[in-house]
Amino acid sequence: MSAGRVWKYGDDINTDVIYSGKYTYQQLKPEEMARKALEDLDPLFAKNVRPGDVIVAGKNFGCGSSREQAAACLRYAGIQAVVAKSFSRIYFRNAINLGLAVLQSEDAPDALKTGDPIEIDFPNGKIMSAGRTFSFFPLPESVLGIVEAGGLLEWTKKKLSIRG
Amino acid sequence: MGQTFSEKVLGRKAGRPVGAGEVITAVPDFYLSHDNSSAIIGEFRKLGLARVAAPDKIVIVLDHIVPAADEKYAQNHKTIREFVAEQGIRNFFDIEHGVCHQVLSEASFALPGAVIMGSDSHTTTYGAFGAFSAEIGRTEMASIWATDEIWLRVPETLRIEFRGAFAPGVSAKDAILKVIGDNGADRANYEAVEFAGPAAPEFSLASRMVLCNMAAEMGAKNGYFAPDAKTLGWLASRARGPFEVVVSDTDARYEAVLTYDLSMLEPLIACPHTVDNVKPVSAVAGKPFHQALIGTCTNGRFEDLEAAARILSGRKVHAGVRCLILPASRSVYLEAVEKGLIATFIKAGCVVLNPGCGPCLGAHEGLLAPGEVVVGTSNRNFRGRMGARDSEIYLASPATVAASAVRGTITDPREFA
Repeated sequence: MSAGRVWKYGDDINTDVIYSGKYTYQQLKPEEMARKALEDLDPLFAKNVRPGDVIVAGKNFGCGSSREQAAACLRYAGIQAVVAKSFSRIYFRNAINLGLAVLQSEDAPDALKTGDPIEIDFPNGKIMSAGRTFSFFPLPESVLGIVEAGGLLEWTKKKLSIRG
Repeated sequence: MGQTFSEKVLGRKAGRPVGAGEVITAVPDFYLSHDNSSAIIGEFRKLGLARVAAPDKIVIVLDHIVPAADEKYAQNHKTIREFVAEQGIRNFFDIEHGVCHQVLSEASFALPGAVIMGSDSHTTTYGAFGAFSAEIGRTEMASIWATDEIWLRVPETLRIEFRGAFAPGVSAKDAILKVIGDNGADRANYEAVEFAGPAAPEFSLASRMVLCNMAAEMGAKNGYFAPDAKTLGWLASRARGPFEVVVSDTDARYEAVLTYDLSMLEPLIACPHTVDNVKPVSAVAGKPFHQALIGTCTNGRFEDLEAAARILSGRKVHAGVRCLILPASRSVYLEAVEKGLIATFIKAGCVVLNPGCGPCLGAHEGLLAPGEVVVGTSNRNFRGRMGARDSEIYLASPATVAASAVRGTITDPREFA
Protein backbone atom coordinates (compact mmCIF):
# COMPACT_ATOMS: atom_id res chain seq x y z
CA MET A 1 0.00 0.00 0.00
CA SER A 2 1.35 3.41 -0.86
CA ALA A 3 0.02 6.93 -0.53
CA GLY A 4 -0.15 9.78 -2.99
CA ARG A 5 -2.33 12.60 -4.20
CA VAL A 6 -5.17 12.69 -6.70
CA TRP A 7 -4.99 14.39 -10.10
CA LYS A 8 -8.61 14.52 -11.25
CA TYR A 9 -9.71 14.76 -14.90
CA GLY A 10 -12.97 14.24 -16.81
CA ASP A 11 -14.36 11.87 -19.43
CA ASP A 12 -12.76 10.84 -22.75
CA ILE A 13 -9.21 11.92 -21.91
CA ASN A 14 -7.52 11.10 -25.21
CA THR A 15 -4.02 9.95 -26.02
CA ASP A 16 -3.11 13.16 -27.87
CA VAL A 17 -3.50 15.23 -24.70
CA ILE A 18 -1.77 12.56 -22.62
CA TYR A 19 1.21 12.35 -24.97
CA SER A 20 1.27 14.61 -28.00
CA GLY A 21 1.68 13.31 -31.54
CA LYS A 22 4.58 15.66 -32.06
CA TYR A 23 6.68 13.57 -29.66
CA THR A 24 5.28 10.18 -30.62
CA TYR A 25 7.75 9.50 -33.39
CA GLN A 26 10.73 10.93 -31.58
CA GLN A 27 12.46 8.49 -29.33
CA LEU A 28 12.66 10.36 -26.05
CA LYS A 29 14.27 9.17 -22.83
CA PRO A 30 11.96 8.21 -19.94
CA GLU A 31 12.65 11.42 -17.99
CA GLU A 32 11.94 13.51 -21.11
CA MET A 33 8.72 11.59 -21.71
CA ALA A 34 7.66 12.26 -18.12
CA ARG A 35 8.07 16.00 -18.72
CA LYS A 36 5.70 15.85 -21.72
CA ALA A 37 2.93 13.96 -19.88
CA LEU A 38 -0.51 15.61 -20.12
CA GLU A 39 1.09 18.65 -21.73
CA ASP A 40 -2.03 19.66 -23.69
CA LEU A 41 -4.44 18.79 -20.87
CA ASP A 42 -2.85 20.20 -17.73
CA PRO A 43 0.45 22.08 -18.05
CA LEU A 44 0.83 22.01 -14.24
CA PHE A 45 0.85 18.22 -14.06
CA ALA A 46 4.38 17.42 -15.21
CA LYS A 47 5.86 20.20 -13.06
CA ASN A 48 4.13 19.13 -9.87
CA VAL A 49 3.49 15.40 -10.05
CA ARG A 50 5.14 13.33 -7.30
CA PRO A 51 5.91 9.61 -7.21
CA GLY A 52 2.90 7.71 -5.90
CA ASP A 53 0.32 10.17 -7.21
CA VAL A 54 -2.81 8.77 -8.85
CA ILE A 55 -4.79 9.99 -11.85
CA VAL A 56 -8.54 9.73 -11.38
CA ALA A 57 -10.78 10.20 -14.42
CA GLY A 58 -14.20 9.49 -15.85
CA LYS A 59 -15.15 7.19 -18.68
CA ASN A 60 -13.14 6.11 -21.74
CA PHE A 61 -9.72 7.16 -20.43
CA GLY A 62 -7.02 6.84 -23.11
CA CYS A 63 -9.26 6.91 -26.16
CA GLY A 64 -7.64 7.59 -29.52
CA SER A 65 -4.23 6.52 -30.68
CA SER A 66 -2.52 3.19 -30.07
CA ARG A 67 0.65 5.04 -29.01
CA GLU A 68 1.81 3.29 -25.87
CA GLN A 69 3.90 6.25 -24.73
CA ALA A 70 0.58 7.56 -23.41
CA ALA A 71 0.83 4.81 -20.79
CA ALA A 72 4.61 4.87 -20.44
CA CYS A 73 4.88 8.63 -19.83
CA LEU A 74 2.56 8.41 -16.81
CA ARG A 75 4.54 5.54 -15.33
CA TYR A 76 7.78 7.49 -15.88
CA ALA A 77 6.14 10.52 -14.23
CA GLY A 78 5.70 8.41 -11.09
CA ILE A 79 1.98 7.76 -11.36
CA GLN A 80 1.21 4.60 -9.37
CA ALA A 81 -2.17 3.97 -10.97
CA VAL A 82 -4.89 5.44 -13.15
CA VAL A 83 -8.35 5.00 -11.66
CA ALA A 84 -11.19 5.57 -14.14
CA LYS A 85 -14.79 4.59 -14.73
CA SER A 86 -13.66 2.89 -17.94
CA PHE A 87 -10.66 2.70 -20.25
CA SER A 88 -10.38 2.55 -24.00
CA ARG A 89 -9.53 -0.93 -25.18
CA ILE A 90 -6.09 -0.12 -26.55
CA TYR A 91 -5.05 2.00 -23.56
CA PHE A 92 -6.00 -0.75 -21.15
CA ARG A 93 -4.04 -3.29 -23.16
CA ASN A 94 -0.97 -1.06 -23.54
CA ALA A 95 -0.96 -0.13 -19.87
CA ILE A 96 -1.01 -3.77 -18.81
CA ASN A 97 1.75 -4.57 -21.27
CA LEU A 98 3.91 -1.76 -19.86
CA GLY A 99 3.18 -2.32 -16.19
CA LEU A 100 0.99 0.75 -15.48
CA ALA A 101 -1.83 -0.16 -13.09
CA VAL A 102 -5.22 0.68 -14.63
CA LEU A 103 -8.07 0.31 -12.17
CA GLN A 104 -11.71 0.47 -13.10
CA SER A 105 -13.84 1.95 -10.34
CA GLU A 106 -17.47 2.98 -10.38
CA ASP A 107 -17.53 5.05 -7.21
CA ALA A 108 -14.10 6.64 -6.76
CA PRO A 109 -14.10 8.97 -9.82
CA ASP A 110 -17.22 10.89 -8.79
CA ALA A 111 -16.10 11.29 -5.18
CA LEU A 112 -12.45 12.28 -5.54
CA LYS A 113 -10.99 15.64 -6.54
CA THR A 114 -7.55 17.01 -7.33
CA GLY A 115 -5.33 17.20 -4.26
CA ASP A 116 -7.21 14.57 -2.24
CA PRO A 117 -4.94 12.09 -0.45
CA ILE A 118 -5.23 8.58 -1.87
CA GLU A 119 -4.02 5.13 -0.93
CA ILE A 120 -4.50 1.99 -2.98
CA ASP A 121 -4.72 -1.45 -1.45
CA PHE A 122 -4.04 -3.58 -4.52
CA PRO A 123 -4.45 -7.07 -2.99
CA ASN A 124 -7.84 -6.21 -1.50
CA GLY A 125 -9.14 -4.05 -4.34
CA LYS A 126 -9.68 -0.97 -2.16
CA ILE A 127 -9.06 2.73 -2.66
CA MET A 128 -8.91 4.89 0.48
CA SER A 129 -9.08 8.67 0.78
CA ALA A 130 -9.56 10.71 3.98
CA GLY A 131 -11.61 8.05 5.73
CA ARG A 132 -13.64 7.08 2.64
CA THR A 133 -13.26 3.69 0.97
CA PHE A 134 -13.96 2.85 -2.66
CA SER A 135 -13.61 -0.33 -4.67
CA PHE A 136 -12.15 -1.29 -8.03
CA PHE A 137 -12.65 -4.30 -10.28
CA PRO A 138 -9.85 -6.85 -10.04
CA LEU A 139 -7.93 -7.37 -13.29
CA PRO A 140 -9.26 -10.18 -15.52
CA GLU A 141 -7.48 -13.45 -14.96
CA SER A 142 -6.37 -13.53 -18.58
CA VAL A 143 -4.05 -10.57 -18.12
CA LEU A 144 -2.89 -11.30 -14.59
CA GLY A 145 -0.13 -13.52 -15.93
CA ILE A 146 1.32 -10.61 -17.90
CA VAL A 147 1.15 -8.24 -14.94
CA GLU A 148 2.67 -10.82 -12.62
CA ALA A 149 5.53 -11.43 -15.07
CA GLY A 150 6.29 -7.69 -14.95
CA GLY A 151 4.90 -6.72 -18.34
CA LEU A 152 4.60 -8.25 -21.78
CA LEU A 153 8.30 -8.38 -22.68
CA GLU A 154 9.13 -10.39 -19.55
CA TRP A 155 6.10 -12.60 -20.19
CA THR A 156 7.25 -13.19 -23.77
CA LYS A 157 10.78 -14.04 -22.60
CA LYS A 158 9.28 -16.62 -20.27
CA LYS A 159 7.17 -18.07 -23.08
CA LEU A 160 10.19 -18.26 -25.40
CA SER A 161 12.29 -20.04 -22.77
CA ILE A 162 9.55 -22.63 -22.21
CA ARG A 163 9.40 -23.30 -25.94
CA GLY A 164 13.18 -23.67 -25.97
CA MET B 1 -27.13 -20.09 -31.68
CA GLY B 2 -25.20 -18.72 -34.62
CA GLN B 3 -21.88 -16.95 -34.53
CA THR B 4 -20.71 -13.49 -35.53
CA PHE B 5 -17.92 -12.92 -38.05
CA SER B 6 -15.42 -12.16 -35.27
CA GLU B 7 -16.37 -15.27 -33.29
CA LYS B 8 -15.95 -17.42 -36.40
CA VAL B 9 -12.61 -15.98 -37.51
CA LEU B 10 -11.08 -16.13 -34.05
CA GLY B 11 -12.56 -19.59 -33.50
CA ARG B 12 -10.75 -20.82 -36.61
CA LYS B 13 -7.54 -19.38 -35.19
CA ALA B 14 -8.17 -21.00 -31.82
CA GLY B 15 -9.05 -24.34 -33.37
CA ARG B 16 -12.32 -24.57 -31.44
CA PRO B 17 -15.68 -22.80 -31.37
CA VAL B 18 -15.45 -19.63 -29.31
CA GLY B 19 -17.90 -17.03 -28.10
CA ALA B 20 -17.63 -13.35 -27.22
CA GLY B 21 -15.67 -12.74 -24.03
CA GLU B 22 -13.35 -15.73 -24.38
CA VAL B 23 -9.61 -15.15 -24.57
CA ILE B 24 -7.75 -17.04 -27.25
CA THR B 25 -4.22 -17.27 -28.61
CA ALA B 26 -4.08 -16.48 -32.30
CA VAL B 27 -1.43 -16.71 -35.00
CA PRO B 28 -2.06 -13.60 -37.13
CA ASP B 29 -1.81 -13.67 -40.93
CA PHE B 30 -0.05 -10.31 -41.25
CA TYR B 31 1.19 -7.64 -38.90
CA LEU B 32 1.60 -3.99 -39.84
CA SER B 33 3.88 -1.35 -38.40
CA HIS B 34 5.07 1.98 -39.77
CA ASP B 35 7.55 4.65 -38.66
CA ASN B 36 7.08 3.27 -35.16
CA SER B 37 8.96 0.16 -36.31
CA SER B 38 12.18 1.69 -35.01
CA ALA B 39 10.74 1.74 -31.50
CA ILE B 40 9.47 -1.82 -32.00
CA ILE B 41 12.95 -2.87 -33.11
CA GLY B 42 14.26 -1.46 -29.81
CA GLU B 43 11.75 -3.54 -27.84
CA PHE B 44 12.43 -6.62 -29.98
CA ARG B 45 16.18 -6.35 -29.28
CA LYS B 46 15.45 -6.51 -25.54
CA LEU B 47 14.15 -10.05 -26.04
CA GLY B 48 17.63 -11.19 -27.03
CA LEU B 49 16.55 -12.94 -30.23
CA ALA B 50 18.59 -12.92 -33.43
CA ARG B 51 15.67 -13.46 -35.82
CA VAL B 52 12.00 -12.57 -36.05
CA ALA B 53 9.68 -15.60 -36.03
CA ALA B 54 7.95 -15.03 -39.40
CA PRO B 55 9.54 -12.34 -41.58
CA ASP B 56 7.02 -12.78 -44.41
CA LYS B 57 4.14 -11.78 -42.12
CA ILE B 58 5.75 -8.47 -41.20
CA VAL B 59 4.57 -5.53 -43.29
CA ILE B 60 6.31 -2.20 -42.76
CA VAL B 61 5.18 1.02 -44.42
CA LEU B 62 7.00 4.32 -43.90
CA ASP B 63 4.21 6.90 -43.97
CA HIS B 64 4.03 8.99 -40.83
CA ILE B 65 6.80 11.51 -41.31
CA VAL B 66 7.82 11.16 -44.94
CA PRO B 67 10.16 12.35 -46.25
CA ALA B 68 11.98 12.58 -42.91
CA ALA B 69 11.42 16.03 -41.40
CA ASP B 70 14.65 16.14 -39.40
CA GLU B 71 17.70 14.11 -38.47
CA LYS B 72 15.95 12.14 -35.74
CA TYR B 73 13.23 10.97 -38.11
CA ALA B 74 15.85 10.23 -40.75
CA GLN B 75 17.67 8.03 -38.25
CA ASN B 76 14.44 6.20 -37.41
CA HIS B 77 13.88 5.44 -41.07
CA LYS B 78 17.50 4.34 -41.49
CA THR B 79 17.23 2.00 -38.49
CA ILE B 80 14.12 0.45 -40.04
CA ARG B 81 15.68 0.01 -43.49
CA GLU B 82 18.70 -1.72 -41.92
CA PHE B 83 16.47 -4.04 -39.89
CA VAL B 84 14.41 -4.88 -42.97
CA ALA B 85 17.58 -5.91 -44.81
CA GLU B 86 18.98 -7.80 -41.82
CA GLN B 87 15.80 -9.83 -41.23
CA GLY B 88 14.91 -10.39 -44.88
CA ILE B 89 11.54 -8.62 -44.58
CA ARG B 90 10.10 -8.61 -48.09
CA ASN B 91 6.96 -6.59 -47.44
CA PHE B 92 8.63 -3.24 -46.94
CA PHE B 93 7.11 -0.10 -48.44
CA ASP B 94 9.43 2.88 -48.34
CA ILE B 95 8.34 6.53 -48.34
CA GLU B 96 7.02 6.68 -51.88
CA HIS B 97 3.97 4.44 -51.38
CA GLY B 98 1.47 6.26 -49.17
CA VAL B 99 -0.56 5.73 -46.00
CA CYS B 100 -0.18 2.23 -44.61
CA HIS B 101 -3.90 1.41 -44.58
CA GLN B 102 -4.30 2.32 -48.23
CA VAL B 103 -1.06 0.57 -49.21
CA LEU B 104 -2.00 -2.68 -47.45
CA SER B 105 -5.42 -2.60 -49.05
CA GLU B 106 -4.07 -1.97 -52.55
CA ALA B 107 -1.46 -4.68 -52.09
CA SER B 108 -4.30 -7.01 -50.95
CA PHE B 109 -2.97 -7.92 -47.54
CA ALA B 110 -6.54 -7.07 -46.50
CA LEU B 111 -8.09 -10.40 -47.47
CA PRO B 112 -11.48 -11.72 -46.36
CA GLY B 113 -11.12 -13.83 -43.23
CA ALA B 114 -7.51 -12.75 -42.60
CA VAL B 115 -6.40 -11.75 -39.09
CA ILE B 116 -4.24 -8.62 -39.25
CA MET B 117 -2.73 -6.86 -36.25
CA GLY B 118 -1.34 -3.35 -36.66
CA SER B 119 0.46 -0.92 -34.39
CA ASP B 120 -1.70 1.92 -35.66
CA SER B 121 -5.08 2.91 -34.37
CA HIS B 122 -6.83 2.86 -37.72
CA THR B 123 -5.90 -0.76 -38.45
CA THR B 124 -9.67 -1.31 -38.25
CA THR B 125 -9.79 -0.18 -41.91
CA TYR B 126 -9.24 -3.68 -43.40
CA GLY B 127 -12.65 -4.79 -42.17
CA ALA B 128 -13.88 -3.09 -45.34
CA PHE B 129 -12.61 -6.19 -47.17
CA GLY B 130 -13.95 -8.68 -44.63
CA ALA B 131 -10.70 -9.07 -42.67
CA PHE B 132 -10.42 -9.10 -38.88
CA SER B 133 -8.00 -6.30 -38.11
CA ALA B 134 -7.22 -4.60 -34.81
CA GLU B 135 -4.71 -2.17 -33.37
CA ILE B 136 -2.07 -3.04 -30.81
CA GLY B 137 0.84 -1.20 -29.18
CA ARG B 138 4.53 -1.27 -29.96
CA THR B 139 5.58 -3.60 -27.15
CA GLU B 140 2.90 -6.01 -28.24
CA MET B 141 4.16 -5.87 -31.83
CA ALA B 142 7.68 -6.70 -30.65
CA SER B 143 6.23 -9.72 -28.88
CA ILE B 144 4.43 -10.82 -32.08
CA TRP B 145 7.62 -10.45 -34.10
CA ALA B 146 9.23 -12.79 -31.58
CA THR B 147 6.47 -15.37 -31.18
CA ASP B 148 4.07 -15.05 -34.15
CA GLU B 149 1.29 -15.13 -31.55
CA ILE B 150 -1.03 -12.77 -29.70
CA TRP B 151 -3.72 -13.13 -27.06
CA LEU B 152 -7.07 -11.73 -28.08
CA ARG B 153 -10.37 -11.36 -26.34
CA VAL B 154 -13.20 -12.32 -28.68
CA PRO B 155 -15.27 -9.14 -29.00
CA GLU B 156 -19.01 -8.68 -28.73
CA THR B 157 -20.45 -7.21 -31.92
CA LEU B 158 -22.45 -4.05 -32.49
CA ARG B 159 -24.39 -4.30 -35.74
CA ILE B 160 -25.22 -1.13 -37.65
CA GLU B 161 -27.78 -1.52 -40.42
CA PHE B 162 -28.11 1.03 -43.19
CA ARG B 163 -31.06 1.40 -45.51
CA GLY B 164 -32.00 4.02 -48.08
CA ALA B 165 -29.67 6.00 -50.31
CA PHE B 166 -27.59 9.13 -49.75
CA ALA B 167 -29.07 12.44 -50.82
CA PRO B 168 -26.81 14.56 -53.06
CA GLY B 169 -23.92 16.14 -51.13
CA VAL B 170 -24.00 13.44 -48.43
CA SER B 171 -21.49 10.58 -48.26
CA ALA B 172 -19.94 7.83 -46.15
CA LYS B 173 -18.17 10.33 -43.87
CA ASP B 174 -21.50 11.87 -42.92
CA ALA B 175 -22.90 8.40 -42.17
CA ILE B 176 -20.12 7.48 -39.77
CA LEU B 177 -20.15 10.93 -38.13
CA LYS B 178 -23.89 10.44 -37.57
CA VAL B 179 -23.30 7.07 -35.90
CA ILE B 180 -20.47 8.39 -33.71
CA GLY B 181 -22.31 11.59 -32.83
CA ASP B 182 -25.47 9.73 -31.81
CA ASN B 183 -23.75 7.02 -29.83
CA GLY B 184 -20.56 8.50 -28.39
CA ALA B 185 -16.83 8.00 -28.74
CA ASP B 186 -16.87 4.95 -26.47
CA ARG B 187 -20.07 3.26 -27.67
CA ALA B 188 -18.20 0.37 -29.28
CA ASN B 189 -15.33 0.15 -26.79
CA TYR B 190 -13.82 -3.38 -26.90
CA GLU B 191 -16.42 -4.35 -29.54
CA ALA B 192 -16.54 -5.33 -33.19
CA VAL B 193 -18.70 -3.08 -35.37
CA GLU B 194 -20.44 -4.82 -38.25
CA PHE B 195 -21.84 -2.57 -40.98
CA ALA B 196 -24.78 -4.25 -42.69
CA GLY B 197 -28.33 -3.77 -43.87
CA PRO B 198 -29.90 -3.45 -47.32
CA ALA B 199 -27.78 -0.40 -48.23
CA ALA B 200 -24.44 -2.01 -47.27
CA PRO B 201 -23.77 -3.48 -50.73
CA GLU B 202 -24.27 -0.01 -52.22
CA PHE B 203 -21.19 1.35 -50.44
CA SER B 204 -18.09 1.41 -52.63
CA LEU B 205 -15.02 -0.30 -51.17
CA ALA B 206 -13.50 3.16 -50.63
CA SER B 207 -16.58 4.21 -48.66
CA ARG B 208 -16.50 0.99 -46.64
CA MET B 209 -12.93 1.92 -45.73
CA VAL B 210 -14.17 5.28 -44.40
CA LEU B 211 -16.63 3.57 -42.07
CA CYS B 212 -14.25 0.86 -40.88
CA ASN B 213 -11.44 3.41 -40.44
CA MET B 214 -13.60 5.58 -38.22
CA ALA B 215 -15.02 2.67 -36.25
CA ALA B 216 -11.83 3.24 -34.25
CA GLU B 217 -13.30 6.59 -33.20
CA MET B 218 -16.13 4.84 -31.40
CA GLY B 219 -13.63 2.63 -29.57
CA ALA B 220 -14.06 -0.43 -31.78
CA LYS B 221 -11.55 -3.26 -31.85
CA ASN B 222 -12.43 -3.98 -35.48
CA GLY B 223 -14.89 -2.95 -38.15
CA TYR B 224 -16.47 -5.24 -40.73
CA PHE B 225 -18.40 -5.34 -43.98
CA ALA B 226 -19.38 -8.76 -45.31
CA PRO B 227 -17.49 -9.39 -48.55
CA ASP B 228 -19.72 -9.30 -51.62
CA ALA B 229 -19.43 -9.07 -55.40
CA LYS B 230 -17.61 -5.73 -55.13
CA THR B 231 -15.04 -7.20 -52.75
CA LEU B 232 -14.49 -10.32 -54.82
CA GLY B 233 -14.32 -8.27 -58.02
CA TRP B 234 -11.59 -6.10 -56.50
CA LEU B 235 -9.66 -9.16 -55.33
CA ALA B 236 -10.09 -11.13 -58.56
CA SER B 237 -7.05 -9.63 -60.23
CA ARG B 238 -4.96 -8.89 -57.17
CA ALA B 239 -5.48 -11.32 -54.24
CA ARG B 240 -2.01 -12.22 -52.99
CA GLY B 241 -3.07 -15.66 -51.86
CA PRO B 242 -6.01 -17.93 -51.09
CA PHE B 243 -8.66 -16.61 -48.72
CA GLU B 244 -11.94 -17.73 -47.26
CA VAL B 245 -14.94 -15.45 -47.01
CA VAL B 246 -16.28 -15.48 -43.45
CA VAL B 247 -19.69 -13.99 -42.67
CA SER B 248 -21.89 -13.79 -39.60
CA ASP B 249 -24.65 -16.36 -39.24
CA THR B 250 -28.15 -15.02 -39.69
CA ASP B 251 -28.95 -16.01 -36.09
CA ALA B 252 -25.72 -14.58 -34.63
CA ARG B 253 -26.03 -12.81 -31.28
CA TYR B 254 -25.32 -9.07 -31.33
CA GLU B 255 -24.77 -6.76 -28.38
CA ALA B 256 -27.18 -4.37 -30.12
CA VAL B 257 -28.49 -3.54 -33.58
CA LEU B 258 -28.75 0.11 -34.63
CA THR B 259 -30.57 1.18 -37.78
CA TYR B 260 -29.99 4.25 -39.92
CA ASP B 261 -31.80 5.55 -42.98
CA LEU B 262 -29.17 7.11 -45.23
CA SER B 263 -31.76 9.20 -47.05
CA MET B 264 -32.42 11.11 -43.81
CA LEU B 265 -28.80 12.25 -43.44
CA GLU B 266 -27.47 15.72 -44.10
CA PRO B 267 -23.83 16.92 -44.24
CA LEU B 268 -22.34 16.67 -40.75
CA ILE B 269 -19.25 18.01 -39.04
CA ALA B 270 -17.39 16.94 -35.88
CA CYS B 271 -16.56 20.05 -33.87
CA PRO B 272 -13.63 20.52 -31.46
CA HIS B 273 -12.37 18.70 -29.47
CA THR B 274 -14.01 15.26 -29.66
CA VAL B 275 -15.10 13.19 -32.65
CA ASP B 276 -18.54 12.66 -31.13
CA ASN B 277 -19.23 16.41 -30.94
CA VAL B 278 -21.16 16.17 -34.22
CA LYS B 279 -23.43 18.89 -35.60
CA PRO B 280 -25.14 19.57 -38.93
CA VAL B 281 -22.81 21.61 -41.15
CA SER B 282 -25.62 24.17 -41.33
CA ALA B 283 -25.33 24.74 -37.56
CA VAL B 284 -21.74 26.00 -37.81
CA ALA B 285 -21.92 27.41 -41.35
CA GLY B 286 -20.22 30.77 -41.71
CA LYS B 287 -17.40 30.05 -39.29
CA PRO B 288 -14.12 31.29 -40.78
CA PHE B 289 -11.06 29.01 -40.78
CA HIS B 290 -7.46 28.99 -41.97
CA GLN B 291 -6.61 25.59 -43.41
CA ALA B 292 -8.46 22.89 -45.32
CA LEU B 293 -7.16 19.32 -45.49
CA ILE B 294 -8.56 16.93 -48.09
CA GLY B 295 -7.20 13.39 -48.03
CA THR B 296 -5.64 11.08 -45.35
CA CYS B 297 -6.30 7.39 -44.68
CA THR B 298 -9.92 8.28 -43.95
CA ASN B 299 -10.84 10.21 -47.11
CA GLY B 300 -7.84 10.20 -49.44
CA ARG B 301 -9.03 7.81 -52.13
CA PHE B 302 -9.97 8.63 -55.70
CA GLU B 303 -13.71 9.00 -55.03
CA ASP B 304 -12.90 11.47 -52.24
CA LEU B 305 -10.59 13.57 -54.41
CA GLU B 306 -13.19 13.43 -57.17
CA ALA B 307 -15.90 14.76 -54.84
CA ALA B 308 -13.61 17.63 -53.86
CA ALA B 309 -12.53 18.32 -57.45
CA ARG B 310 -16.14 18.57 -58.61
CA ILE B 311 -16.54 21.57 -56.30
CA LEU B 312 -13.08 23.07 -56.81
CA SER B 313 -13.18 22.77 -60.59
CA GLY B 314 -13.18 26.21 -62.18
CA ARG B 315 -13.18 27.88 -58.75
CA LYS B 316 -10.51 29.31 -56.46
CA VAL B 317 -9.67 28.49 -52.87
CA HIS B 318 -10.66 31.53 -50.79
CA ALA B 319 -7.82 33.99 -50.25
CA GLY B 320 -7.75 33.46 -46.47
CA VAL B 321 -7.52 29.67 -46.68
CA ARG B 322 -4.64 27.27 -47.31
CA CYS B 323 -6.02 24.13 -48.94
CA LEU B 324 -3.90 20.96 -48.64
CA ILE B 325 -4.55 17.89 -50.78
CA LEU B 326 -3.20 14.61 -49.42
CA PRO B 327 -3.78 11.55 -51.64
CA ALA B 328 -3.79 8.32 -49.64
CA SER B 329 -1.35 6.53 -51.90
CA ARG B 330 0.90 6.80 -54.91
CA SER B 331 -1.63 4.88 -56.95
CA VAL B 332 -4.45 7.26 -55.97
CA TYR B 333 -2.13 10.18 -56.73
CA LEU B 334 -1.27 8.78 -60.15
CA GLU B 335 -4.91 8.22 -61.04
CA ALA B 336 -5.69 11.76 -59.93
CA VAL B 337 -2.88 13.04 -62.16
CA GLU B 338 -4.00 10.99 -65.14
CA LYS B 339 -7.63 12.04 -64.82
CA GLY B 340 -6.83 15.71 -64.43
CA LEU B 341 -7.83 16.16 -60.78
CA ILE B 342 -4.43 17.36 -59.70
CA ALA B 343 -4.50 20.05 -62.40
CA THR B 344 -7.90 21.11 -61.06
CA PHE B 345 -6.50 21.36 -57.54
CA ILE B 346 -3.42 23.30 -58.59
CA LYS B 347 -5.46 25.75 -60.69
CA ALA B 348 -7.77 26.26 -57.70
CA GLY B 349 -4.78 27.23 -55.57
CA CYS B 350 -4.42 24.03 -53.52
CA VAL B 351 -1.11 22.64 -52.26
CA VAL B 352 -0.67 18.98 -53.17
CA LEU B 353 1.32 16.99 -50.58
CA ASN B 354 3.07 13.68 -51.14
CA PRO B 355 1.00 10.64 -50.09
CA GLY B 356 1.45 9.80 -46.41
CA CYS B 357 -0.04 10.76 -43.06
CA GLY B 358 0.79 14.43 -43.64
CA PRO B 359 -0.47 16.97 -41.11
CA CYS B 360 -3.14 14.67 -39.60
CA LEU B 361 -1.06 13.52 -36.65
CA GLY B 362 0.68 16.81 -36.04
CA ALA B 363 4.26 15.66 -36.39
CA HIS B 364 5.42 17.70 -39.35
CA GLU B 365 4.08 19.68 -42.36
CA GLY B 366 0.90 21.71 -42.25
CA LEU B 367 0.74 22.41 -38.52
CA LEU B 368 -1.48 25.06 -36.95
CA ALA B 369 -0.47 28.21 -35.09
CA PRO B 370 -2.26 29.25 -31.89
CA GLY B 371 -5.82 30.32 -32.64
CA GLU B 372 -5.92 28.74 -36.09
CA VAL B 373 -8.73 26.49 -37.30
CA VAL B 374 -8.54 23.57 -39.73
CA VAL B 375 -11.45 21.89 -41.49
CA GLY B 376 -10.31 18.48 -42.65
CA THR B 377 -11.40 15.07 -43.83
CA SER B 378 -9.20 13.26 -41.30
CA ASN B 379 -10.42 11.19 -38.37
CA ARG B 380 -9.42 12.93 -35.12
CA ASN B 381 -9.98 16.40 -33.75
CA PHE B 382 -8.40 16.10 -30.32
CA ARG B 383 -7.03 19.28 -28.79
CA GLY B 384 -3.59 20.13 -30.12
CA ARG B 385 -3.42 17.13 -32.45
CA MET B 386 -2.49 19.17 -35.53
CA GLY B 387 -0.38 21.82 -33.85
CA ALA B 388 -0.96 24.48 -31.21
CA ARG B 389 -2.88 23.61 -28.08
CA ASP B 390 -5.45 26.30 -28.77
CA SER B 391 -5.96 25.50 -32.43
CA GLU B 392 -9.20 23.83 -33.51
CA ILE B 393 -9.98 20.88 -35.78
CA TYR B 394 -13.31 20.28 -37.55
CA LEU B 395 -13.90 16.97 -39.36
CA ALA B 396 -16.19 16.57 -42.36
CA SER B 397 -16.60 14.98 -45.79
CA PRO B 398 -14.43 15.88 -48.81
CA ALA B 399 -17.38 17.75 -50.35
CA THR B 400 -17.95 19.81 -47.21
CA VAL B 401 -14.25 20.65 -46.89
CA ALA B 402 -13.95 21.61 -50.56
CA ALA B 403 -17.06 23.81 -50.42
CA SER B 404 -15.74 25.45 -47.25
CA ALA B 405 -12.32 26.05 -48.85
CA VAL B 406 -13.95 27.90 -51.74
CA ARG B 407 -16.18 30.00 -49.51
CA GLY B 408 -13.57 30.65 -46.79
CA THR B 409 -16.07 29.73 -44.09
CA ILE B 410 -17.64 26.41 -43.12
CA THR B 411 -20.14 25.71 -45.88
CA ASP B 412 -22.81 23.14 -46.69
CA PRO B 413 -21.67 21.44 -49.93
CA ARG B 414 -25.25 21.28 -51.19
CA GLU B 415 -24.89 24.98 -51.95
CA PHE B 416 -22.51 23.94 -54.75
CA ALA B 417 -24.77 21.26 -56.20
